[in-house]
Amino acid sequence: MRSKLLTALPFIAAAGMLPGTALAKDEFSVCWSIYVGWMPWDYGDAEGIVDKWADKYDIEIDVVQINDYIESINQYTSGRFDGCTMTNMDALTIPASGGVDSTALVVGDFSDGNDGIVMKNEDDLAEIEGKRVNLVELSVSHYLLARGLESVGLSERDIEVVNTADADIVSAFATPDVSSVVTWNPQLSSVLEQPNANLVFDSSQIPGEIMDLMVVNTETLEANPKFGKALTGAWYEIMARMQGDDETAIEARTHMANAAGTDLEGYEAQLEATNMFHDPSEAVDFTRSDQLLETMQNVAEFSFRHGLLGQGAPSAEAVGIETPSGTYGNEGNVNLRFTDKYMQQAADGEL
Amino acid sequence: MKKLINRQPNRYARWFLGLLPFALLLAIYIGASSARLAENPDDPLLPSLTQMAEAVERMAFEPSKRSGDYLLLQDTLASLQRLGIGIGVSAALALIFGIANGAIPYVRATLSPLVVGISLVPPMAILPILFIVFGLQELAKVMLIIIGVTPFMIRDMQQRTLEIPEEQIIKMQTLGANTWQTITRLMLPQIMPRLLATTRLALGTAWLFLIAAEAIAATEGLGYRIFLVRRYLSMDVILPYVLWITLLALVIDFLLNRWSRWRYPWFHATGQ
Repeated sequence: MRSKLLTALPFIAAAGMLPGTALAKDEFSVCWSIYVGWMPWDYGDAEGIVDKWADKYDIEIDVVQINDYIESINQYTSGRFDGCTMTNMDALTIPASGGVDSTALVVGDFSDGNDGIVMKNEDDLAEIEGKRVNLVELSVSHYLLARGLESVGLSERDIEVVNTADADIVSAFATPDVSSVVTWNPQLSSVLEQPNANLVFDSSQIPGEIMDLMVVNTETLEANPKFGKALTGAWYEIMARMQGDDETAIEARTHMANAAGTDLEGYEAQLEATNMFHDPSEAVDFTRSDQLLETMQNVAEFSFRHGLLGQGAPSAEAVGIETPSGTYGNEGNVNLRFTDKYMQQAADGEL
Repeated sequence: MKKLINRQPNRYARWFLGLLPFALLLAIYIGASSARLAENPDDPLLPSLTQMAEAVERMAFEPSKRSGDYLLLQDTLASLQRLGIGIGVSAALALIFGIANGAIPYVRATLSPLVVGISLVPPMAILPILFIVFGLQELAKVMLIIIGVTPFMIRDMQQRTLEIPEEQIIKMQTLGANTWQTITRLMLPQIMPRLLATTRLALGTAWLFLIAAEAIAATEGLGYRIFLVRRYLSMDVILPYVLWITLLALVIDFLLNRWSRWRYPWFHATGQ
């Protein structure tokens, strides 16, 4: 008896690390991290909007905040969550290339100035040649830098990239060692407040290429369409509440601002640089456009060049990306899907 | 029957029992890994041993496609250099200030409260100040290690100096020794092996600060690589790197211990 227990022990312990199986179920959990475009999830959770929509479809949705952005995606990829907020690039390089078939359920916004390249004492991006550039390596900042360099006829070989933690980038810029940084908000605005800081390139020059998404597990979504409906319904109710100048909208934005660690004014400045799709039909148009497909091809090629699609990946087309206007890459290995189905239902008022 | 507290495992049993927990951990890992991989062959969280071996081959034995460097070697040399300078400077400072504090009451009265104060400041909490003072390059990484480990090493050395028997110090003075001779002939030889013992303990903390420093801003290093590939959950690289760091730490600890036994056999003979 005792020896049997001993043999079984590893398997009992291992069971704790087993992947969750995607069957029809009633309880779901999604995670989010602090970023201007994802604060609405916090508001929706606090105001009971997510619960209300979950009740409508007779399910439960737990909304969990994770302090570390990458950790939240890793948790989702390892199966701890059914959905998570992330950018289009991270959706491709972390869950999709990790073999977790993922669907961008809600395309919430695209960065329209929230990500930028800042240089000290220089106001021309071309001057970056030969310099050390501090940024979070392999993040959307790195992608933005690559696109910026392309725009002035340079490549990454012309500069030296220094991986720098996002939490430390503001104090890093204050040191004499650092001449150029690439970062996102709210750090970007803090960096720009420092003397001699010049914004030389930002995401408004590549509109629509850095998107903030709610990504969910495709299998879970297919087995449980009501999970998708409830999340999408909740999202657009929050969107409707937070825009405008009436009391509810200001209250909603103030809540989001406080939760993001800033004030209403600071949060609204960040919203200015974010192209929010308040109206589901705008998000549907964007998702259907050919531009999305082109962007994802750019992102896939960038990711492949940096080995982000896995070392075994033979080409940028290793992971298939499906969008309403067509599929990029290996159709036999589609792991990232953009869908307009639920957003269209929201636009038609069918949720 | 002998009581349990009196029963000794023989040599083979000791080896077996010592290895058993490792074997169990490995079995748990392999079980969980194959279960996850059976469901999703691309799962990055718990890679198989083969996948890790491939990653090691790629990182250690093939030149990088982008730069032509052997990444594991490059990372290891960069990290060991930072660690070596950091811990070396810390040990030297600890020796000088520890003995000075322990031997000379006027120095102790001046410096000891300061050292205690500094040793209680968590260095990670004052990072922005460290950046502004020391910049973001090699100096800052080494300084983080020094600031992290030196104060408590000085406190330890001071304590060890104070523990030197009063009789010995009095005897030396009756034989005509001055302060300098007492320090160099009596205290220094007795403190050296204790400095090595403290350095061995400080190494764990030094690794912690090294990896933290490399996570903050770097272009190479063991900590840098781990935090970089964490961005795409490449556990097949992270796990071998963690094992490698453990192995390096073990080797350094072993060498310091050997050195101490070789140079100061009297210290180990007393059972310390």
